Amino acid sequence: MTAPAIEVVHIVKRYGDFEAVKDVSFSVAEGEIFGLLGPNGAGKSTLIRMMTTLIPLTAGKAIVAGHDVAKEADAVRHMIGVIPQALTSDPDLTVEENLSIYAKLYSVPKAERIQNIAEVLEAVDLSKWRGAQVKTLSGGMRRRVEIARGLVHNPRIFFLDEPTTGLDPVSRIAVWEMLSNLRAKRNLTILITTHYMDEADKLCDRIAIVDHGKLVALGTPLELKHSVPGANVVEVHFDRETPEWQDRLEGLEGVTSVQAESEGFYRVLTSSGSKTTMQLVELAASLGETLTSLSVQNTTLDDVFVHYTGRQLRDEQVKPPVFTLPPRPGMQP
Amino acid sequence: MIRMFAIVEREMRKFFRSPMLMIMSLMMPILQLIIMGNAFGGKIVGEKVAVVDYDHGPQAVRLREAFDSIAVNIKTFTTVEYTDEVQAREDVRTGKINAAVIIPKQYSRRVYAQDAPVIGLVVDDSDQFSSGSIEAEMQSVVTALTTPVIQPRMANQIALEIVELYPYVNYLKYLLPACCAMAMYISVMIGGGMLYIDDKARGVHEGYLVTPITKLELVFGINTAAAIKAVLSGICLTVIGSLIAGLGVVFHPMADLELLAMIIVTAIAFNGMMFLLMVRVDDPLTPRAMFGVLNLLLFYPSGAMYPIAAFPPWLRALSVIDPFTYCVDGFKSILLKDGGFVSIQYDLLFLFVFGIGTLLIATPLFKRTL
Repeated sequence: MTAPAIEVVHIVKRYGDFEAVKDVSFSVAEGEIFGLLGPNGAGKSTLIRMMTTLIPLTAGKAIVAGHDVAKEADAVRHMIGVIPQALTSDPDLTVEENLSIYAKLYSVPKAERIQNIAEVLEAVDLSKWRGAQVKTLSGGMRRRVEIARGLVHNPRIFFLDEPTTGLDPVSRIAVWEMLSNLRAKRNLTILITTHYMDEADKLCDRIAIVDHGKLVALGTPLELKHSVPGANVVEVHFDRETPEWQDRLEGLEGVTSVQAESEGFYRVLTSSGSKTTMQLVELAASLGETLTSLSVQNTTLDDVFVHYTGRQLRDEQVKPPVFTLPPRPGMQP
Repeated sequence: MIRMFAIVEREMRKFFRSPMLMIMSLMMPILQLIIMGNAFGGKIVGEKVAVVDYDHGPQAVRLREAFDSIAVNIKTFTTVEYTDEVQAREDVRTGKINAAVIIPKQYSRRVYAQDAPVIGLVVDDSDQFSSGSIEAEMQSVVTALTTPVIQPRMANQIALEIVELYPYVNYLKYLLPACCAMAMYISVMIGGGMLYIDDKARGVHEGYLVTPITKLELVFGINTAAAIKAVLSGICLTVIGSLIAGLGVVFHPMADLELLAMIIVTAIAFNGMMFLLMVRVDDPLTPRAMFGVLNLLLFYPSGAMYPIAAFPPWLRALSVIDPFTYCVDGFKSILLKDGGFVSIQYDLLFLFVFGIGTLLIATPLFKRTL
């Protein structure tokens, strides 16, 4: 059995009284794509920064490519490629110049440097753009430059912090495909952080769900979905809200949980989507209520996240502003 | 070393791709040189002086002829006839005229009788430059009129013979050393301070820190690049400024070597100081906010605009530790005095020690982690 590419054991990071990462342990196998999934502020970036030697550990141990990040930071840095969340390639420099400078920072010899740059540009499909200034490229292409930059010294392990944030759906899918191909061709171990459920679901072999600095669940996407009671999710929208809906829905056969999304809109986790759908229609008809929409889906990572954390990931991402108009003079209360 | 030079390469490529830094670091000192150099230190001309003549005697006529001579030659002032002393004083007060000369009754008689003749001069001393200039001209007229036409064969008074070592140094030339220092300061402030913090804020340093580059390679790479930019700014301003000021010293190879030495050690000193100030700063607004304050604290106490000898003790103490002082002094010694390496050796030594010292203090403060 080969040693894991990354092994994190009871890792802790404290900033004063605040514990950003709380006793997290996991390991990543060689050649695996491993995802850290969680909302903004969950501690994903802190975790990745500890593993990439950017910030010291408060407690615990992290072994990356067989080297302790606390004791053999330099050896770790030689083995890893890191793409931070922000686009940090120099916009005034060309694609090739950016890559060349980073290859030099890894002391890659000249002949190897030239060859590596050509290979990674080919891999990220930017060979035609090698002489273009980065500022002339689109957001998706700039992200590909970042990926190429992280690979220019042939690392064994590749860390990507939110690699598709800010990209349009087409570019995101292109990045996923590229990472999958790179893993296959270069036998790369990839660790990514993301708050996109679909990204984690489609790209990662295994996922660790992180919330408030704690690892709350770990497994393959399938394992995680199976760990949630209820095989299907029924989304139902009634034309009007009544306080009784929650209790009525929870009382249906096979229903494991009911979540109110908005006024009259519920997500119902159930062991049988078809049976619950029938019951819902009958219930609405018997009460003289109207269903405006009804859909049945398989359990998603969103449901997994709700199950383990008690809230939705997207609630953390987009917090609607609380805004109340001040009362106008003479306005009725 | 390859890693350190990679940092330098990146900085220099960015620098040459975006010439705004060079332009901005040269723009202000050149404008300062042209505008301040021409605005200050010029001769005062065209002032209006009222003449109130209550005497009308031969000596009063002689005095007024001397004023006319000034009006057509040196042109410091022209005269305006007034008949009333009170009106003349009022017009000086309200700014219609700049000064008034009162020739009292019996003036000519008193001159001939050698009976303490007096001429009155009313000046607007709220403007020290104008009033000082008029006073000086009036004094020269009085001295000329007092000097006997036939000089005694043996001089019976102590005479002072002034020997000026250098050709006339106008204010434009006097200001050039300060402008060279200013150009390098701006270059270090933008190319060293601001870009350093901006790169930190953009996450560029995070990209460096995950590579195997050592702390020393990173510190020296960043500082070498910033110092090179300052050297280029210094060279450009020295050459352009010398041509504007009409100083031919830049065409002398030995002076060029001395200037280059001054520029290099000044770049090291300014950059070391800037790196020490910025090494723990993360907020991009900080260097921008500090720019003006630092400029004030460093530039004016250096003797760039006014002699240090005139400063109060606390300001003199500040000038002793101010690298600008040594930079300005060194540039003055080369550009205005052609003093050779001997005249700049202490300036070179101070700036070099200051630069290396500040870098040595800053390096341990630089964090290899976030």
